[in-house]
Amino acid sequence: MNSIGLNKSSGKIKQKKSLIRDYIIMGIIIVAALVTLFIFPDKSGPVLNISKNYFLELVMVLPAVMIIIGLFSVWIPKETVVKYMGKTSGIKGIFISIILGMLPTGPLYIAFPMAVALLKKGAKISNIIIFISAWACIKLPQELIEIQFLGIEFTLLRLTLTIIFVAIMGIIIEKIIEFTDRKKIKVEERV
Amino acid sequence: MNSFLKNYLTVIIINLIAFIWFIFSLIKDKNKTKESLKIALKTLFRTIPVIIIIIIFIGFLLGFLPPDIISRIVGEQAGFLGILVTAVLGSVLFIPALISFPLAASLLNGGASIMSVAAFITTLTMVGIVTLPLEIKEMGKKITILRNVFSFIFAVIIALIMGVIM
Repeated sequence: MNSIGLNKSSGKIKQKKSLIRDYIIMGIIIVAALVTLFIFPDKSGPVLNISKNYFLELVMVLPAVMIIIGLFSVWIPKETVVKYMGKTSGIKGIFISIILGMLPTGPLYIAFPMAVALLKKGAKISNIIIFISAWACIKLPQELIEIQFLGIEFTLLRLTLTIIFVAIMGIIIEKIIEFTDRKKIKVEERV
Repeated sequence: MNSFLKNYLTVIIINLIAFIWFIFSLIKDKNKTKESLKIALKTLFRTIPVIIIIIIFIGFLLGFLPPDIISRIVGEQAGFLGILVTAVLGSVLFIPALISFPLAASLLNGGASIMSVAAFITTLTMVGIVTLPLEIKEMGKKITILRNVFSFIFAVIIALIMGVIM
């Protein structure tokens, strides 16, 4: 049930290294940002204000999201994900992915770790793409605001077209990935 | 109260889901809950640096390119080239929906075409240049590039169809 499978020890060291690297890059960027704000003092107000708003939003949702990811990987059996979002899930899988993505659950960058959790449990690539895309552009409370500002006709038409194209896109990308992976395996076999 | 609910609806819902699920988990199996917390912490520390970097970028982007300048750029575009320009702008920018819809409405009122507004909103949500590093880190280069390129192309197609229908 561990989140990282296979070659544990070497994987762990590699993960630690990339973790340290990420924190160093973060430090450098924070310093660079502060220096830039020092050079443009008139911009520092709006920049800091916007970053602060996003940071607050993050503090309010990120812990909950991480707890959900943790609970998900411990409690939801692989068979369930495979059954509803895996290879044989078909149209049902597409619908479930769209509905999961539509739930009001925060900004896009939170969707990626969740998508990985689903992928690890055996969800199909096409459904993962559909899930991320639905998450990005069809959020339930958000759509009420779209209707309010852009009208019901605009909203419904945009959503219908988006759902259709997102489903098509998921399937195309899955085919491309499967095709290139197969090619790679063939080349590796020859070597 | 109403606007409070609107702004914090997602926050409330997601925290409620996490809280209720966590309590259930705790009642059913303490060890599994402990394990899930470990995974949660590990994922948290892995994602924090990239997310902080993204937040800094968003701050700079919107701080140096405020909504009124964006609306001027989008409003001035016309024709197919205009759609492409607004689609690119929508891909690069990262604006929360709460701001993007009123912005789009003001663009429409200001005389921008339905096509460019649709292209703007669709790429704004589906294509994420700013979140690219995180997406690559989590999903891998191949899926990320394919998803963003196709999203861009389909966003333009969606915009064109909407322009024809409406």
